[in-house]
Amino acid sequence: MVSVRPAQVSDLPAISALDARLTGASKPDYWRDRLALGLHFLVAETDKGAFAGFIAGEVRAWEFGQPPAGWVFAIQIDPKLRLKGAGSALFEALVARFKAEGVTRVRTLVDRKDHLILSFFRAHGMVAGPSLQLDKELS
Amino acid sequence: MKLQTATRLGLYATLELARDPAQTLSSADLAERFGVSTHHLAKVLRTLAAAGLVHAERGASGGYRFTGNRRRVTLMDIVALFEPAPGNRAKEPGEDTEIGSALQRVLTEIDEIAEATLRSVSLETMLKQPM
Repeated sequence: MVSVRPAQVSDLPAISALDARLTGASKPDYWRDRLALGLHFLVAETDKGAFAGFIAGEVRAWEFGQPPAGWVFAIQIDPKLRLKGAGSALFEALVARFKAEGVTRVRTLVDRKDHLILSFFRAHGMVAGPSLQLDKELS
Repeated sequence: MKLQTATRLGLYATLELARDPAQTLSSADLAERFGVSTHHLAKVLRTLAAAGLVHAERGASGGYRFTGNRRRVTLMDIVALFEPAPGNRAKEPGEDTEIGSALQRVLTEIDEIAEATLRSVSLETMLKQPM
């Protein structure tokens, strides 16, 4: 069983280490600032108290011209503790917080080559949204 | 997006069989359900069997049974059995010109989004959605 609770400053080393391990980029200052901003930042723990992963998001209004929606900025689960429901528990807890804030839509951005995370969000009923993300290399 | 008939039949048959992995359906049962030719579907089912997604049961109550993993198999796994892989596509006339290669970049962008979408939808996810 997995439990979900709000992240605390004492969770930052574990959050930062897991993210660095999974993305290959260490950014402890970024995670410290995110937590300080007061967005929804939740962690999952196993019944033995082991850190299993985290999720972060917030409600943003009129971002890119879109009406208020809950944005999921990050979700990371320890690979050793996957398929035990930690990701789903975190996602559902975050969605419940978004609903409590009165929004009726959840949104995220995903690397289209990251099939694992794309499948995860699909399995939770998410589909392509109204926006297309565009990029340009600046030389 | 336009899928070849065999691809569409492959998706129909796999999803119908995966709906209940205990059920065995003949190609005639499946063809009737989707209003398609038994002959065409039989060929598609042989491809699915060779890929290990379905198993052919012999005997009087014979037919096909789903043997894949609903959570692991994605729509792309089935599409890839019937559609040519993007890398194996034959070059179209004019593709080497400046306009041809600019057009190809746009078409490749569309293909990449389509592939990411098909690869992100597992059979389990499809069968969970209201149909």
